Order: sequence, then structure tokens, then C-alpha cells
Amino acid sequence: MTDTPLEPVAKDTSARSQWWDVWDQFKTHKGALFGAAVFLFIVLSVTLGPLLWPIEPTFIDIRARNSGPSLAHPFGTDQLGRDILARMMAGGQVSIAVGLTAMAISVLLGTLIGVVSGFFRRLDGALMGLTDLFLALPLLPLLLVMVMLFRESLSRSFGPETGTFILIVSAIGITSWMQTARIVRGEVLALKEREFVLAARSIGTPSRRMILRHILPNVLSPIMVSATLGIATAIITESALSFLGLGFPPDFPTWGRLLFDAVDYLQQYPERVFWPGLAISLTVLSVNYIGDGLRDALDPRIRGR
Amino acid sequence: MAEVEDAKPLVKVRDLKMYFPIHAGLFRTHVGDIKAVDGVSFDILPGETLGLVGESGCGKSTVGRSVLRLYDVTGGTVEINGFEIAHVHRDSLRSKRPMMQMIFQDPQASLNPRMTVASIIGEPLDEHMKLSPDERLARIYELMDWVGLNREFAKRYPHEFSGGQRQRIGIARALALNPKFIVCDEPIAALDVSIQAQVVNLLEELQERLDLTYLFISHDLSMVRHIADRVAVMYLGRIVEVASREALFADPLHPYTQALLSAVPEPDPESERHRKPIVLQGDVPSPSNPPKGCNFSTRCPKVMDICRQIEPAVRDFGEGRQVACHLYSESMQTTAEPTAGDITNQ
Repeated sequence: MTDTPLEPVAKDTSARSQWWDVWDQFKTHKGALFGAAVFLFIVLSVTLGPLLWPIEPTFIDIRARNSGPSLAHPFGTDQLGRDILARMMAGGQVSIAVGLTAMAISVLLGTLIGVVSGFFRRLDGALMGLTDLFLALPLLPLLLVMVMLFRESLSRSFGPETGTFILIVSAIGITSWMQTARIVRGEVLALKEREFVLAARSIGTPSRRMILRHILPNVLSPIMVSATLGIATAIITESALSFLGLGFPPDFPTWGRLLFDAVDYLQQYPERVFWPGLAISLTVLSVNYIGDGLRDALDPRIRGR
Repeated sequence: MAEVEDAKPLVKVRDLKMYFPIHAGLFRTHVGDIKAVDGVSFDILPGETLGLVGESGCGKSTVGRSVLRLYDVTGGTVEINGFEIAHVHRDSLRSKRPMMQMIFQDPQASLNPRMTVASIIGEPLDEHMKLSPDERLARIYELMDWVGLNREFAKRYPHEFSGGQRQRIGIARALALNPKFIVCDEPIAALDVSIQAQVVNLLEELQERLDLTYLFISHDLSMVRHIADRVAVMYLGRIVEVASREALFADPLHPYTQALLSAVPEPDPESERHRKPIVLQGDVPSPSNPPKGCNFSTRCPKVMDICRQIEPAVRDFGEGRQVACHLYSESMQTTAEPTAGDITNQ
């Protein structure tokens, strides 16, 4: 111990970017690595899979309907003879896209409202009142009303698929930011009284840079956690909407729609519920693990331990 | 001290008031104030260290923070280097920030845990100077040299340092903009004794080299005796006595100062045996409901009737010595009535 000089180690780190430290720490988190691998596998198979798999998700082969797993149809076929593997891959694209976009919207909204209401005392009352209002609204009926009201006009201007995508993503986004906003506000209120914020004020740092430099990096952990949970909630909410028949058009596959269709045949062909259910659970679980690992890796106090 | 008596003060605080409102009830109505600082006045001359002492909760830190306008003060004026600070608009205040900086009490809490040492020390440079990346790094290294930090530490995070080293980072940050005036808010209270001496010596060394003026807030009387040129004693939001260090420690006039100083143990066991500390009875009254008359009247061993009625005025004893106590205003009136210069009869 005593004869190891300190300098070479320190010299080495000065040249490295801190993102390498983040990656090094992320690599030590087994669950996060495993989650990243699974998530990457799911994303790759839903994006590249349709290019390799010859059967179209909407192709109807009525003679092969309700067939079990076979070489021609590894996941079997549904009641119209459509290949379930192809539908799973096409549905996955939509579900993951919905999950990521809705999560981004809800986290952006939640962080914005949380930081603003925590940092600026004057806006706190109004914004938290708004948050409570949204929390008190019954979300599913609200979503249904939004879908009813706006589906037609959006479909007309953007086409049925893109229109529904925008509608669903924004509907989920603006009904799920409240948790994030509340958590972020609480953290910001606590951080605001810390002395390093006071030190920044004594330097003359304006509020905007104070938030970007001192507040946001320190509320990253709760934001990260609610973001990963948000993906899960968004996928499940989309499934619920599709399940109720109010999401995408009936012939347009998503994981939620596949679940909905399979429920009618739960008695005869239970394996059809299994595949979309498994895909949703695996995606949610892997994203949660990635978020866990990222949160640890981004915290310099945990890093290098 | 006597030879710089006529010098123009760098920091001039007059009747500074900082009230924190109390809201209560269904409609959050304003029901009262916590009078953390209630009419404080003092001057600090260039190159001088004013020690500000008092027990916990007497408003020392609030004075320090209000002087730098980290709080929006309720009343009074603060003038630093000829600029009015207390009521100026925030935008024009920003350009004045470089001349006044602060060193904080808790070195753990005063450093952002997600920033490296280089970016912490560099933050004031980013805000107020336009430097190229190389100049910026050179300045950061220079500051780290000044406070005795190894340059290799620049890329590390605050949690990797000991308390003393963290406080050095905080000092380097405060020095980055070449300030004239630094408020040291109990900079050594969170450090252990051996490190305290190092940090205090560093502060003195920097004062000499960079011609700094300190407001040194502390509850550690021996440390104040070591570093301060003049000492102000606070009790419950007011300054009760200001005097040069020698005068204050040799001959405290205000009963509160006497009690405070009598609590300091003597290093000599012989005199320690004969030391009779003045033990004050009762607790500090609430700053939201201070007693009528003198704030100290509820605990003062020499309390008189007048103390409970009338707030004592600040009397100037010359040579920068001021005391706010009825004991002395009365003796002044009886013994030296014709010649008594009522300079600050507020």
C-alpha cells in the first residue's frame, strides 16, 4: 500500500470523460446489464424481425386458423389464420414507441411542473392545485372521453394510424405526469435550502442556470425512477385502451390489442394470452433494471464504490 | 486599530432588519414575524476582521446572509465599497457579486455533490468572467494552489474529500472572483480541532496576501480572539457590544458579554480553579415575541426596572467601542453628563 504512488492514477482520470466512469459503474450492475440486453433484444427483434420474417401481420390464411405452434407459425395463428409471431413483432413496434414517447412527454411535463413549482414559491400553490386536480380526475373515463372527442379529427389530419398514435401518446402523457411532478417538487424544495444553492446565489448565478446546473442533476434519481416506471405504465395503459377497443383500429396490432383478441379464446387457446403478456412484462422489467443501473451510475457518490 | 480609525469603512451596515413572516390559520394570514435580526448596525474597515459572536439562534448567520443579500432584507441599509446592496434591483446586484463572497459552515452541504472540484471552483468564473478554457483551467489551478489543494484533485467529486479539504474547496470558490469582502459563516464549526487551526491559518494567510476583509461569524470565542481585530456580540437579533478584541476580552462591559466570556475555560489550571462562570438563568426568549425593553432583561443578572420598560440605546465609548445597556447610559448621565457625546442616540 505505502509504495504505490498516487499520481499516475490521478493523471489517468483527468484525460477521461466522466461518461466512461458512468459506463464503468453501469457495467458493474448485473441486473442493469441483463435488462439492457433483454431490452435491446426486444427492440431489435421488433424492428429487424419483420424484415426477416416473410409473413405479413395482416395476411389472412383462413385455412390455417387457430393452429398451434409449428415450424411455419412458431407462435401459432389466431382465429383468422394470421401469424401471431408477425403480429407480435408489428405490435411491439407500436407498443414500445407508445411507451417511450408517452414516458418522455409525461416526464418532461412532470419535471417542468415539479421544478417550477418547487423553485418559484409564487407559482407553487397554483401548480400544485393543478396537480391535485389532475390526480383527482378519474383517468380511464377521461382517456375514453379524449379518445371519443379527438380521434376523428386527428385521424382525418394525420391518417388513422399516426392520428391514433399522437392521440394515445399525448393522452397518456398528460394524464400521468402528476406523480413525477410531486416527487420532483418535494426534492427541489429540499435541495433549494441546501447551502450549495445559497452559494450559487451568492455567486450571482441566475435562476435558469441554477436549475440546470444545481437542481436538475440532483433530482435525476427520482426522475429516472419515475421515467422507467412511466414506460411500464404507458405500455399497460395503451394495452388497457386497446383492450377496451378504444386504441388503435381493430386490424392494427399492438401488444394490448393482441391480449384483447386472445381473451375471447382464453379457454381454448390459453397460449395466445401468454405471448403478448410475456412481452409486456419483459419490457417493463428490463426497463426498470436499466433505470436502476443508470441511476446508480449517474450518482458520483455511488460510482467507484 | 487606532491608526486606521479614520479610514472609510468598506462595509457599512445601518439598522439592518430581517424578519421572517409567520403565516397561520385557514387563510395563511400574516400573524407575526420572527425577528431574526432586529436593527443591527456596524462598520468593517478595509483589511479588518470583524468577529461576530453569540449563541445559537441569535441571528449571526442571518446577519451574514442578509449583508450579502442572500435574503431580501426587511429594512435598513447595507453599503459595501460604496454600493448600496440591500435594496438594489437583482439585475444590477449581479455585477456587484464578485466583490462579496461567502464561505459556508457545512463544507459537505455547500458543495454540489454532482460537480467536480474544477467545475465547483470554476462556476464563479463561468458566471462573471469570459475566459478561454485554458485560462479558466489555469485560474482554477492557481486557486487550488492558494488554498493548498493538490492539482490532481481537480476531476474528483466532493464526497472523496475530508472535511478540511472540502472547506478549502469552498474557500477557493469564494476567492475565484478576487473579492474584497468575505463573510465567513462559521467556517470552522463543522471541522475537528486540528483542522480548524489549519483552516483559520489559511484564512489569515490569504487575508494578508489578498488584502481581504472578513466578517467572521463564530460561536467559538477562542477562535474569534485569535482571528478578529474587532468583535461584535449579538444577543437575540441585536448587537449588544462592539469593541476591539483586546478591550472586549480584557474588560467586557455588557452583562451578556461578561457571562459569555466567563464561560470560556482558562488554559492555566490555577486560574481555572478560581474562575467563577456567570450562569445565566432561563432560556433565550423567542425571537417572534421578544421581551419589552432590553432583549436581555429576562436573563440579565444586573437587571433594573428600566430594562423591562425601555430599549437601551447604543452608547459610543470611543475607540470603536459601543455598548447597548442601561447600566452605562445611566452612569454616563450621572458622571459625565456635560461632556457625554450623544453620537448614536437611537
